[in-house]
Amino acid sequence: MPRLFPWLQAAPLALVLAVFLLVPVAMLVIVSFYDYDSFSLIPAFVLTNYREVFASFVTWQTYLKTLYFAGITWAVTLGLGFWLAYFLAFVVQNQTLRTVLFVLCTVPFWTSNLIRMIAWVPFLGRNGILNGTLLATGVIKEPLEFLLFSDFSVILAFVHLYTLFMVVPIFNTMMRIDRRLLEAARDMGAGFWQTLWCVILPLCKPGIGIGSIFVVVLVMGDFATVRLMSGGQSASVGLMIANQIGLMQYPAAAANAVVLLAMVLLMVGAMLRVIDIRKEL
Amino acid sequence: MPGPLARLLLGGLFLLFVLFLYGPTFTITILSFQGPDGGLTFPMNGVSLHWFARLFQPQAVGDLGASMTRTLTLAAMVTASTVVISLAAGMAFRRRFRGSGVLFALTIASLIVPSILVSLGIGLMFNMMEWEPAWYSSAFGAQLTWTLPFGLLIMFAVFNRFDRSWEEAARDMGATPWQSFWHVVLPIIAPSVVGIALFGFTLSFDEFARTLLTAGSGNTLPLEILGMTTTVTTPVLYALGTVSTAVSFLVIGGAILGVRLLRKKKGF
Repeated sequence: MPRLFPWLQAAPLALVLAVFLLVPVAMLVIVSFYDYDSFSLIPAFVLTNYREVFASFVTWQTYLKTLYFAGITWAVTLGLGFWLAYFLAFVVQNQTLRTVLFVLCTVPFWTSNLIRMIAWVPFLGRNGILNGTLLATGVIKEPLEFLLFSDFSVILAFVHLYTLFMVVPIFNTMMRIDRRLLEAARDMGAGFWQTLWCVILPLCKPGIGIGSIFVVVLVMGDFATVRLMSGGQSASVGLMIANQIGLMQYPAAAANAVVLLAMVLLMVGAMLRVIDIRKEL
Repeated sequence: MPGPLARLLLGGLFLLFVLFLYGPTFTITILSFQGPDGGLTFPMNGVSLHWFARLFQPQAVGDLGASMTRTLTLAAMVTASTVVISLAAGMAFRRRFRGSGVLFALTIASLIVPSILVSLGIGLMFNMMEWEPAWYSSAFGAQLTWTLPFGLLIMFAVFNRFDRSWEEAARDMGATPWQSFWHVVLPIIAPSVVGIALFGFTLSFDEFARTLLTAGSGNTLPLEILGMTTTVTTPVLYALGTVSTAVSFLVIGGAILGVRLLRKKKGF
């Protein structure tokens, strides 16, 4: 009996993942080879859906754009997230204050992400607060157009939503660094930057890896942020899939889904080569 | 350690980040009290509760009461299931068992597969099987694929730091496995279990990508909001945002307060 115990305990998890993850992904692969007309799915084995993905210039552009969004968002959230985690882990010394600051950062997430995106409109718009302030202080003469419904606003929204996903894992690894190592580095004559580069950064690698996986995966699969914040000016693979779903072109959407999934898995696989998640928790 | 100037700069950065995080939340809260003639942007055109009143008129939102009830029921179902399933699986993973590597990889994969793909896949599955998708079946499963990995990862973090000698002591004193779990392990890990519940609730309450194709005919609140973002151009949208924020404050704040009271009573 005790030998069966772990299996019984893990069975519900395995069941849920089998029914709601494995089978659906298999469905995506199967349907991506189906044919379709404007009314229905036609079970078949055709490559037209994939041909459309790879032969279309627009699709290539969309994939590149998605990678571009993921790349920039990753760089910004990493740069920002690292220093925020550094502040929480090494500058703040009081554990209670740390907890308070953390809770302070999580409270905004209790508001719907969609609403928080929309809320940038009155801030960044042509007649928004930012343009109004800049005009009033005489910094600019014409309202800045690039602030809203542009790549800038898309990336701003991504950074706004996902930086915390970078801060938490990096902070976690930072807190586990033995403080004596830092003292040792100082005793050996290392300056601030040298300690950062040779001691702290290598020890933070797992946290950086986990944070990067979160941010990259979330951005690669996004559709709502790009739809709302680009005002229809930009596209991403997720948005393309969502639009195809809206047009009931399920096989086309499934083909894009399979390609996107392959891309994401490759990227994450590459990142997982650097770290062992299970050991780092 | 960084010098005083660097500390100041980092503190300033953190302050700016917090302002950046709160900016939109404050903006919508203020703008939801916009006067009846006010628009989606500043300036405020008077102060009123007009848009909150509008929320409860049938034409503004599909049916606010029903979608709010659905969302909260679904969130409760997801929260309870996430706690139980990931707690059980977390216990299982403390030992190596055949297939544990595969199951772990599958759990991580569940975290990595983009939400919209899960939504599409489950939608297609229900379509093929000719099942009717509904918020309590397909959407429930779709959300679990998102909350369970988080739950399990938290369990891993907990058990990696767990002192096994407590359990050994319980066993030496003659406790059955169930007794040692119920009287020893669970009370020790209780705060993390509450953490999993809050995580599950937060993720479920706000989820729209995974419910997009799986909710069937009954919309959840985030789906209503998603629909409204393209069609509604009045502050009623902000009023809805303020209401949903208030609800999650009540639930999460209530849970945290409840746990604190319970702990005081027990004298931890």
